Amino acid sequence: MSLLEIDALSLAIHGTAILRDVSLRIDAGEVVAITGESGSGKSMTALAVMQLLPDGSEVTGRVVLDGQDVTAMSEPDMCALRGDVVGMVFQEPMTALNPVQTIGAQVAETVQLHRPDLDPKARAAEVLARVGLEHIPLSRYPHELSGGQRQRVVIAIAIACGPKLVIADEPTTALDVTTQAQILALLKRLAAEDGMGLMMITHDLAVVAEMADRITVMRGGEVVEAGDTPALLAAPQHPYTRALFAASTHRVDLPGVAEQAPLLRVQNVVRDYTLPRTRLFAPPGTHRAVNDVSFDIPRGGRIGLVGESGCGKSTLTRAILGLEPVQGGSITLDGTPVFTAGAPDLTVRRRMQVVFQDPYGSFNPRHRVARLISEPFHLLDAPPPDRADRIAQALIDVGLSPEDAQKYPHQFSGGQRQRLAIARALIIRPDLIVFDEAVSALDVSVRAQILDLIAQLCCQYDLTYLFISHDLSVVRTITDSVLVMQNGKIVEQGATETVFTAPAHPYTRQLIDAAPTLPGAA
Amino acid sequence: MLRYTLKRLASLLISLAIASLVIFAVIEVAPGDPASFMLGINAAEDTLAALRAELGLDQSKTQRYLAWVTGMVQGDFGTSYQYRTPVADMIADRLWVSLPLALYALALSTLIAFPAGIYAAARRGKAGDISVMGATQIGVAIPNFWFAMMLVLIFAINLRWFSAGGFAGWDKGGLAAMKSLTLPAIALALPQAAILARVMRSALLDVLGEDFMRTARAKGLTRAQALRRHGLRNAMIPVLTILGLQFSFLLAGGIIIEQVFYLPGLGRLIFQSISARDLIVVESVTMLLVFAVIVVNFAVDLAYAAVDPRLRART
Amino acid sequence: MTRALILGGALSALVVVAALVSFVWTPFEHTAMDIPAKLQTPNGTHWFGTDHFGRDMFSMIMVGARTSIAVAVVAVGIGVGLGVPLGLWAAARQGGWVDEVIMRGNDLIFAFPSLVIAILITAIFGAGAVNAIIAIGIFNIPVFARVTRGGALPLWAREFILAARVAGKGAARISVEHILPNIANLLMVQATIQFSLGILAEAALSYVGLGAQPPTPSWGRMLADAQTLVSIAPHMALVPGFAIILTVLGLNLLGDGLRDALDPRLRVARV
Repeated sequence: MSLLEIDALSLAIHGTAILRDVSLRIDAGEVVAITGESGSGKSMTALAVMQLLPDGSEVTGRVVLDGQDVTAMSEPDMCALRGDVVGMVFQEPMTALNPVQTIGAQVAETVQLHRPDLDPKARAAEVLARVGLEHIPLSRYPHELSGGQRQRVVIAIAIACGPKLVIADEPTTALDVTTQAQILALLKRLAAEDGMGLMMITHDLAVVAEMADRITVMRGGEVVEAGDTPALLAAPQHPYTRALFAASTHRVDLPGVAEQAPLLRVQNVVRDYTLPRTRLFAPPGTHRAVNDVSFDIPRGGRIGLVGESGCGKSTLTRAILGLEPVQGGSITLDGTPVFTAGAPDLTVRRRMQVVFQDPYGSFNPRHRVARLISEPFHLLDAPPPDRADRIAQALIDVGLSPEDAQKYPHQFSGGQRQRLAIARALIIRPDLIVFDEAVSALDVSVRAQILDLIAQLCCQYDLTYLFISHDLSVVRTITDSVLVMQNGKIVEQGATETVFTAPAHPYTRQLIDAAPTLPGAA
Repeated sequence: MLRYTLKRLASLLISLAIASLVIFAVIEVAPGDPASFMLGINAAEDTLAALRAELGLDQSKTQRYLAWVTGMVQGDFGTSYQYRTPVADMIADRLWVSLPLALYALALSTLIAFPAGIYAAARRGKAGDISVMGATQIGVAIPNFWFAMMLVLIFAINLRWFSAGGFAGWDKGGLAAMKSLTLPAIALALPQAAILARVMRSALLDVLGEDFMRTARAKGLTRAQALRRHGLRNAMIPVLTILGLQFSFLLAGGIIIEQVFYLPGLGRLIFQSISARDLIVVESVTMLLVFAVIVVNFAVDLAYAAVDPRLRART
Repeated sequence: MTRALILGGALSALVVVAALVSFVWTPFEHTAMDIPAKLQTPNGTHWFGTDHFGRDMFSMIMVGARTSIAVAVVAVGIGVGLGVPLGLWAAARQGGWVDEVIMRGNDLIFAFPSLVIAILITAIFGAGAVNAIIAIGIFNIPVFARVTRGGALPLWAREFILAARVAGKGAARISVEHILPNIANLLMVQATIQFSLGILAEAALSYVGLGAQPPTPSWGRMLADAQTLVSIAPHMALVPGFAIILTVLGLNLLGDGLRDALDPRLRVARV
């Protein structure tokens, strides 16, 4: 008999169907992945096993865990089960821990609840050592730890009582690629050592491919395909699975460009931040976010910038856009400095535009599309006479229709909003576009469409852009050359294919090795 | 932690300095000369001059300000223009009414509000929550001095359980004194308790939505256990802010309530001194109240740090 | 439309209508004394009874609503007019010295027990509606500055603001064009709360004789008049008391209803 057997599970919340007829099973010692795009119901499946569903949930079907149907269990019995037989790891390590309690106390609490025979403190120390935190005292608070370390604490809480099943809901989505690799390895090792079942919920097919024994693919609350990992990867049966695979390994064809003169020159740029004073009378310290960075973007160039969080890429972006001053070096566009103290220099500003990551945060929710995407006209000395035509053209360029100009941003999906963001950037035909994690928040299928759009616009308008991303596979397909940034420095730069196939710097190698890849993806 | 304390202490001193300047300035621009007010309009010019010299009114503004501040630091609040007695003694007598009243009210308010707020949050959306919230909605709308009048009408005039006003004095024993403060304390406390209960409930509901509460549930804690062990302490941060502000409200509200119950507290002292143009008393009592509020806010800042380790690390 | 919104709106509207109607009609002249008819309990002629001078209390409540509303409106106006620009300015210069000075100044005003200072101001500069308005209004400034800054700060980190900066717009223009419309809901809800607090504060100041002076009628002073007579004529205290409670309750319900209707996630300082 299986450890976990979900049989014809259906779920409705306040009458809205969320899950339909979901079945899957997990055996002891087995890693089973549930994958799918947002809204597929994968997280709700996990919460149904924990019986931590939102208020107003109605469940039919059976969820048999360790011989007991949890859908029929009383709440006190479920409390005894949670943390003991089944542990859970969450997506956001930054918020999953109680900020006002020490990590030792939080791990020990699980032990106190379920294993009164054990010394909770000793057990907490033991478990924290197992997840690789033997050098961290139990008296630390969560805010004193890094994201990866906090996720290890969450894992320690989940495994403290030796559960038979661990559910990990997007456990590495919020983490950097090198940290992600470590956490995935840790989970896999713990599952193998203890013979635990592991339910991995993730949107990232590459993670799934490396981790799971079996894969269940979900869409819109239903299971579309399930099977052993090698077989499913080699020959996906369902068209949706195939589409998902294709989108994940999507490559675009960029038109070739001849080598041209530099457009943007970044020379020996230094950006310091003042730290809060640590002592009352000592001078405040500084943090060097960008340290002696130099590179050129030639006209027609498509440059990638990769690096993990905190490496300084966002700071560098703001400096390039002329939003903040630099403390050393220079950033010039065709020889003119991008930053001017006091009033911004509109003649330079109108030649650069930006597309941000968050398709929900990048528009003022109270303005109509026409006003939103024409905002860069403010950079011109006078509004163009053909304003309406140019708005319509920009919308057509990004695959939307001119009628959309009268709508509000909430009437669009995430992918469509990202198209609007590109339309806003294109409308004044800038010389340089900065894509700041522009596809990172999108589902893979939508991401593939946006990448296609960018490639198509390259053919249409000879775009020059800087593409900033933490996602190596995306950068690889959408850029000609790439910069690798670590601790405020550019540690490697070169043609994209060269850097990816023959990385020269150890950090680049580490990044490429850590990034999970789908078999078959070059 | 030490650095945090010192930093808050520095800001406390700056606040006190600015507050004393503001109060001094307000009193300075007040129309009317205390000396001529005290002696009446027919006073001879040389008698007035002598009295001004005696009161220190002939000195420059800077000198008077410095004398006032240095005096206060040493516990000397000057001499009342009206009674020619040390202001410090007058304040000390009255403080024994006003401070117990404020603390009594604060204790009552907390004792009512915390359980009510926690109960309402735990039963969110259910009948218990709705009735508690309805009651607080009305409680917030009641002017405390009107509520005080109603208490007098019901419990003093009709039921005769309490006296309608006046203060028994501490020399008659603590119980009698507390009894004469009970109706005033209830009048002060209930409207404040309504506010506090609402804050407690919404702070708890905010915390209930946090990710770490889900972690707590996934550990196997029941809803109530998770609320008690992980929710309450996190919810205390906004609640502490309101508690600090409430102390200020209770001191000030006490001034009005003392009028209703004819209590010989700081409030009556202020009103009497204002009508007698005894500005040095007004000045010092106001400064004392501001001092109390600033010190309470400082204590609240320290309490934050005790509750939230993130604050201890920062600054 | 929630029940709170309807009930709150109706109560608030009732008070406003009573105040407006009082300009053209009241059942009796509100200052007209009629000693033989003094201390009547509510009846067919005097709907809310009469006071110790035989004045019609229904008329006094209607005219008194004008005072309460006028004081609260102007006091909220002072708070919005000065507090909102200060808050926007502080948010635009987050972490800079402007922000620091504005927020420290705010803290300082908060540190003063507001009613004490209001009493001090009205006592020194003379009792009266104008000084009461100023005294209450001053303490609205930091409230609105803080709420505005608190609402504006997360917006400044949003990408649409960055996009506006990339479009070359300055801080002032962004504040007016992008920040203000997005915190309007927040400010509206806060305004209803401060409005109700203003009515309570005005009543308290009038009660101790520092608010509106006779012959201007005021709910607070009606309560002061009632105090010595409460045992023989309880209606003299009950009528103005209920007027205050229902008005404040109405405004608070209106604020809550607005908040829920506009954006359930709004965080409003409620002190």
